[in-house]
Amino acid sequence: MTASDNAFSTALALILGLDDTLLGIVSLSLQVSLTAVLLAALVALPLGAALALWRFPGRSAIIVVLNAFMGLPPVVAGLTVYLLLSRAGPLGQFGLLFTPSAMVVAQVLLILPIIAALTRQQVEELHGEYREQLQSLGVSRLRRIPTLLWDARFGLLTVILAGFGRASAEVGAVMIVGGNIDGVTRVMTTAIVLETSKGNLPLALGLGLVLLALVTLINAGAYLVGETARRRLG
Amino acid sequence: MNDMSHQVPTVATLHFEGASVVHRGQVLLRPLTLSLSDERCTLVMGPNGAGKSLLLRLAHGLLTPSAGRVHWQGGAPRQAMVFQRPVLLKRSALDNLTYALAVNGTPWQSRKNLARKALEHFGLAHLEKRPARVLSGGEQQRLALARAWLLDPEVLFLDEPTAALDPASIRAVEEAVRDFHRRGTRIVMTTHDLHQARRLADDVVLLHEGSLVEHSAAATFFTTPSSPTARAFIEGELVW
Repeated sequence: MTASDNAFSTALALILGLDDTLLGIVSLSLQVSLTAVLLAALVALPLGAALALWRFPGRSAIIVVLNAFMGLPPVVAGLTVYLLLSRAGPLGQFGLLFTPSAMVVAQVLLILPIIAALTRQQVEELHGEYREQLQSLGVSRLRRIPTLLWDARFGLLTVILAGFGRASAEVGAVMIVGGNIDGVTRVMTTAIVLETSKGNLPLALGLGLVLLALVTLINAGAYLVGETARRRLG
Repeated sequence: MNDMSHQVPTVATLHFEGASVVHRGQVLLRPLTLSLSDERCTLVMGPNGAGKSLLLRLAHGLLTPSAGRVHWQGGAPRQAMVFQRPVLLKRSALDNLTYALAVNGTPWQSRKNLARKALEHFGLAHLEKRPARVLSGGEQQRLALARAWLLDPEVLFLDEPTAALDPASIRAVEEAVRDFHRRGTRIVMTTHDLHQARRLADDVVLLHEGSLVEHSAAATFFTTPSSPTARAFIEGELVW
């Protein structure tokens, strides 16, 4: 296995030498996924909290759909966004297909259900505990949304990080709507697929290591935050 | 509190008119007719499962009766409630108080000041930055009382506020209840502790198995109760 040994050492050299191609790909990946997480969280957190607080016809249906969409296959999300953004599609006029924006849209579609569904669960549980006290204080439902989101903040941070993990690790959706164009829409996952099939193992492996390190770092962060909160806030 | 005689503003009278609570076909509180008037300290007593908490929740509006009605003659007064297990937000002690002030519309400039004064009043000033959830049981209950204090309620409901506390904390809670009463707040409190009831009550409501057994002045209740159930209860013969 000297070939992969060589690939491994070359990969390390690429990472430690801050190779330009590698850095460009990593930074685009981060930009796309962080933007997607930010946008998804802005919508999904209040949406999840509202679903936890209001009872209305069709609520159960929305919850079931959200839960089902947590496992939405990335290629299906990609295909949907592709159809929407393609020239002939309803949003074709904006010319977003094969741009980083399209990739952001696809990732938002993937992680919004995850964040919303998990937020609903956490907020509903917390509200079970707070309900009588908040009612006694005369807190309106609208007002309860920021209250509960803030008080569930540590749990929700883990939820958001789970969303980020999913966004940065998926390949199918961004491949379809981004097109893996060198220097424009090439992110870590799509680059790994391409470089592997080309036989350029050092770059593929280097990217793989960075991705792995990133995901580990995120999980370590989530764990630490959760533990600290449990210890400090009871 | 039986010895208190001073001028306090009148508080609206609370009427229960055949109010009952039925949950999944089970009658938890039989139709109850009762009026609570004057600026008194009313103790609601009875064994576990007698319906004390239900009565309090109906009175405070946390529950709507399955039948009958509960209403305040002359409009609902400002109210607050202290629960058996205090529900505190996952924030600092101070922030728990400023939150309650924010909700009731106090301008933000004065919130911190008022909150600090309340912490001081309840002997919690040194804990203002501590997360409320890691305080001891007694401190948490005092913080809940401080929060109620800030809302300046005309009526304060307390649901077994001392059930899980040590003697020192119980004394602190009872002192706080007296403070509220001195300020003119009407007290409605549940307990199953006879000694506590003797110390605090102006009048006593006795419930048993979801029915009202007796409502009389404390002096009468503890010396010459009118019903056999009340007699048994006072003599400690009633099975909890």
